[in-house]
Amino acid sequence: MRKLDRLLAAASVATLLGALNMIAAPSAVAQDAALVAEGKKIAFNRRKGNCLACHMMGDGDLPGNIGPPLIAMQARFPDKAALRAQIYDPRTKNPRTIMPPFGPHAIISDSDIDKITEYVWTL
Amino acid sequence: MKKTMLLVSAVCMLATAPFAAASTPEEDMQAFRQYFKDRYPNTPFDDFQNGVYSIDASRRIEWESMEEFPPYEIGLEIGQQAFEKPFANGKTYASCFRNGGINIRQHYPYFDAATGQIKTLEGEINECRVKNGEKALKFGSGELAAVSAYMASTSNGSRINVVIPNDPRALEWYDRGKQHYYAKRGQLNMSCADCHYHYAGYNVRADLLHPALGDLSHFPVYRKKWEARGNGPLAGFGTSHRRFNGCNKQVRAKGYGAQSDEYKALEYFLTFMSNGIPINAPGVRQ
Ligand code: HEC
Ligand code: HEC
Repeated sequence: MRKLDRLLAAASVATLLGALNMIAAPSAVAQDAALVAEGKKIAFNRRKGNCLACHMMGDGDLPGNIGPPLIAMQARFPDKAALRAQIYDPRTKNPRTIMPPFGPHAIISDSDIDKITEYVWTL
Repeated sequence: MKKTMLLVSAVCMLATAPFAAASTPEEDMQAFRQYFKDRYPNTPFDDFQNGVYSIDASRRIEWESMEEFPPYEIGLEIGQQAFEKPFANGKTYASCFRNGGINIRQHYPYFDAATGQIKTLEGEINECRVKNGEKALKFGSGELAAVSAYMASTSNGSRINVVIPNDPRALEWYDRGKQHYYAKRGQLNMSCADCHYHYAGYNVRADLLHPALGDLSHFPVYRKKWEARGNGPLAGFGTSHRRFNGCNKQVRAKGYGAQSDEYKALEYFLTFMSNGIPINAPGVRQ
């Protein structure tokens, strides 16, 4: 339901943008898709996110099961910033978590964490 | 629904702090044992000697078929020959150990009150060599691990019986090992306990994490991965310290050397946690 609302909102924004500038909307969408694809690559990379070590996510092979499956993410994290915060430093929510502090320990760069967030938010 | 349950159970696991403050080693050990007994009610106590195979039926079948033609057999024979072969001075390893070195693995490591040090079986094998005018062997793998594996195999069936005497120096070694086990470390910020206590039985990718109860009962191990990387019938052997080092590095932490004080302390703590489990060495592992 919420997803539908968001889609409708997005659609109306797009229409509005489209009305203002015929080119802006489609290229923004293409850019988002590229970010998501890059985010996915970084998330799956064993030397970077290696999220599959612990999470079932998307179509990733042989996922571990230490963490919860990453599905219905927009329902669980309506606020994208909260999702990014969880990926950046999961210790804020659970100080003893086994999930690595990707941001503070410089395991992944800030801009790569942004990209991963974009990808995970689509799951 | 299942998702919420997973989350809830993960949170519960982390909420049960392993040990209350200021517990004695004996209390720690009882709690450690009970935790795994409760978690794996279908695994008989003695069977924790089999690491990951004590909790997973399909991997166990693969492993049992591997044990039918044990890949370590030739290497173990070489270890036995090296153990029995006289040094240049005519003496053998048997002269350095109680009971001629047979059926003693279960008492290692131990606290030596005279020196205040922790003595491991591998450490004493090399001490014996040096005392008899031979060169020390490289720790961690190769011939040393093969001799140790042979000696350990003569203890098969005997129960681990590590003693923590009431001596502040012994307790200090114990606490150091315990600290190493529970401390988060490395760039990935994980503790040994994260993987082999809290999340034992879960999968990291396709690897199933073994329960820590019974650790050291089957060491040195014969590992297919090491075998494939090296040459000859001894390549697969590795001591517990070799494995500790690998597990430290896996979380991008600093690894310590075989027979470093840090790993001796860790071995002391971890073997004590498995008191009562029968020795079953060498274990074959992937
Ligand atoms: C070593 C294990 C491990 C790795 C690697 C890991 N996670 Fe996690 N993750 C967990 C655990 C366990 C939880 C459950 C909460 C907790 O214990 O902190 C979790 C929770 C989460 C959550 C919150 C889920 C929810 O519904 O609340 C998100 C989102 C997440 N992880 C994303 C990621 C991403 C993205 C990566 C890779 C960049 C990653 N995780 C890597 C173990 C891991
Ligand atoms: C990121 C997870 C992780 C961490 C942290 C970790 N290990 Fe491991 N360890 C593994 C995996 C995976 C294996 C191979 C499967 C198994 O037996 O659990 C393994 C195997 C072992 C084994 C061999 C077990 C056997 O039966 O042959 C020992 C012993 C061990 N680990 C001890 C440790 C110690 C001690 C630490 C801390 C210094 C540690 N591990 C930290 C993942 C980890």
